[in-house]
Amino acid sequence: MIKSTKKSVVGSSASSGRIKAIDIVNKGLKRRYRKEKRFRLYGMLSILASVAFLAFLLTSIVFNGYSAFLQTYIKLDVPLEAGMIDKQEPGRSDFQGIIKSAIRSYYPEVTERQDKRELYALFSSGAAFQLRDTVLSNPPEEGTTLSLWVLADDDVDMLMKGHMKRDVPEGSRRLNDKQLRWIERLEADKRVEKRFNTTFFSAGDSREPELAGIWGAVKGSIYTMLVTLALSFPIGICAAVYLEEFAPKNLATDFIEVNINNLAAVPSIVFGLLGLAVFLNFFGMPRSTPLVGGIVLMLMTLPTIIIASRAALKAVPPSIREAALGVGSSKLQVVASHVLPLALPGMLTGTIIGMAQALGETAPLLMIGMVAFIVDIPGGFTDPAAVMPVQIYLWADSPERAFVERTSAAIMVLLAFLISMNAVAVVMRKRFERRW
Amino acid sequence: MTKTYSMTALLLMLAGFLSVVGCGPKADQAAKDGQAASETEQTGEAIESARDYISVVGSSTVYPFATVVAEQFGKTSDFKTPKIESTGSGGGFKLFAAGVGVEHPDITNASRRIKKSECEMCAENGVSEVVELKIGYDGIVMANSKKAEPFKVSRKDIFLALAKEVPDPNGEDGTLVANPYTTWKEVNPELPEVKIEVLGPPPTSGTRDAFVELAMEAGAKEFAWIKALKKEDKDKFKQISHTVREDGAYVEAGENDNLIVQKLDANPDALGVFGFSFLDQNKDKVQGSFVDGVEPAFSAIADGSYPLSRPLYFYVKKAHVGTIPGMQEYLTEFTSEKAWGDEGYLTEKGLIPMPKEEREKYANVAMELIAVSCDEL
Repeated sequence: MIKSTKKSVVGSSASSGRIKAIDIVNKGLKRRYRKEKRFRLYGMLSILASVAFLAFLLTSIVFNGYSAFLQTYIKLDVPLEAGMIDKQEPGRSDFQGIIKSAIRSYYPEVTERQDKRELYALFSSGAAFQLRDTVLSNPPEEGTTLSLWVLADDDVDMLMKGHMKRDVPEGSRRLNDKQLRWIERLEADKRVEKRFNTTFFSAGDSREPELAGIWGAVKGSIYTMLVTLALSFPIGICAAVYLEEFAPKNLATDFIEVNINNLAAVPSIVFGLLGLAVFLNFFGMPRSTPLVGGIVLMLMTLPTIIIASRAALKAVPPSIREAALGVGSSKLQVVASHVLPLALPGMLTGTIIGMAQALGETAPLLMIGMVAFIVDIPGGFTDPAAVMPVQIYLWADSPERAFVERTSAAIMVLLAFLISMNAVAVVMRKRFERRW
Repeated sequence: MTKTYSMTALLLMLAGFLSVVGCGPKADQAAKDGQAASETEQTGEAIESARDYISVVGSSTVYPFATVVAEQFGKTSDFKTPKIESTGSGGGFKLFAAGVGVEHPDITNASRRIKKSECEMCAENGVSEVVELKIGYDGIVMANSKKAEPFKVSRKDIFLALAKEVPDPNGEDGTLVANPYTTWKEVNPELPEVKIEVLGPPPTSGTRDAFVELAMEAGAKEFAWIKALKKEDKDKFKQISHTVREDGAYVEAGENDNLIVQKLDANPDALGVFGFSFLDQNKDKVQGSFVDGVEPAFSAIADGSYPLSRPLYFYVKKAHVGTIPGMQEYLTEFTSEKAWGDEGYLTEKGLIPMPKEEREKYANVAMELIAVSCDEL
């Protein structure tokens, strides 16, 4: 660079009639600079475009989903008269009936059968379970009145959050004029409140949006990822180390290498079919469980981890190996104490990529029955479970309007899960990283 | 040298990979066959390694209803909540028919009746007694954006607008031409001058099957010669009445009905085809089209005056009742008035209830576990 500028100075001072190389260079210089400028512009534009898309995606998700973190509650006074709570078995009392009578006592003017039904519809069917939990955890005296904030129905929730308009004709909304008047009365009495939606973070799936939560799917994802990690990390690294450091270079290892590279590009549903044929049908493992899900995803992530790990091993300078061999280390000692620690950060990067891929996968899980409605929160590796992307998919497909915001909220939880998973890996990578 | 090695390796790999992929389904089948064969000896042992929850598979149309019952059942009984997979009706029958034992599902949901072949497949694999329960009806609606006028179509209009080949408007009976219509007005002068654009489910969907059968086939039968064809040449009849045009007028919008509603909201000229519950939930955005003069309302579907409605079923493995805990109780919950009755919680989710006598009949079937015979189908 410096040389060329010098030359150009010399060249211009000695201006003779002959065409010199430097004149050709000078002639093209402007064009070359322009070319570079243009290239930089393209680069910047493409970064800008991807940032814009990402920002658009994130804002739309946050904008759609933030309201799901709040949930409308209605304050209900529940008078507990004698005989309402079963003395022997309090859990078997007719809590639905107690809630209904509490609602009726707040709206004594509602007597028609159809009206009553419409009135009850303002309250979530979960209200009875809330009452049950309160009564069981803290048995109240007979004759007292419990003041309870109960869940509102998803339609009421949508109305309070402004997703359902009040000023449209009656036929265009899910709540009729009568129901609106009842809600207005609750509002006037300050009995309606939006609170933090704890249900969303503690419950499993439900068909009632106000009772649905992501926790079951989060736990399912945790179990599945644990299985995937526990299997794919050691297997992947062992395979990579052997192939890179020990294996002889011959037709067989070439064959294996090409196969691994190709497996990384196989559509994930194929692994699901394999899982169905081998693990479910042949080995008879239980359907819809994190155990099988984890194994199938392990198959999917292995190639990614092996390829990244081999690249990391290749990047370790040969001088390290030679130095270690030079002081008399055995081949295994070289690998275990010198090469592997240096390659580990790169291997961890590969593992993160593989795990992130596995975390977002639904297609292979479809074949092994993990795309399912599962209410109970899984407690182990062999309990039926769904995972987060499956939950998002199922909610996105549900007709209830309130699931729209919950879908976006679930995406946020998935992203948070992914980021924290990556953060752990980044911290670990930083600890192992060595520069020279 | 290395180059030749890697080339050979590549070829070998390709061959190997192809054979693996080629073998996939076969291996799957073989594994299944092997299992079915060993099933007979192992049934007792298999059931012993118990599963303490009910496993349900099947139709995505029945899924929203079955899940509500399952959840209610899980919350109000001492049993675990059943696990419900949405596999589609056909996929559900496949899994269901694979055999008896804990690794096979107990119940399959279906948006159509079991086929004779499926029933026979059950029997072959040892699933000898299958109980059929009808749960209610589901309406299929055509809808458009509220920003536009409601559509009033007949089934004949639907056939003419959406079939791939229609009777030649100027020719004699028996001649077909590729669908020439581009606007609804050309189909029927009473309809508005709007481009034909219908967003609907893809062929893999049960909703699409039902829509084709209920709307297009019925529309095609309005032509006497096509109707006569049904007896003479069934294949030809099916080809005429069941083939949807592929020139862009019918847009396959995927299985997600919410997406269709969103697209209708953005495009007031388009019509969409989806299940009644999505219309019910999105009344502020879309309106149902009148079909043969009847609006798709709850009552009209229930009394049968709205033409596009189909029955929904589920099928129970009798051998599992008593082995898997909670089976009988789940059936009782599903067939109780508070679930599928006129004012049950399923109607709130958009299920159209059966008339009372029919409900009583099927509640009895559930109680007595009366198996369906393959010969009736």
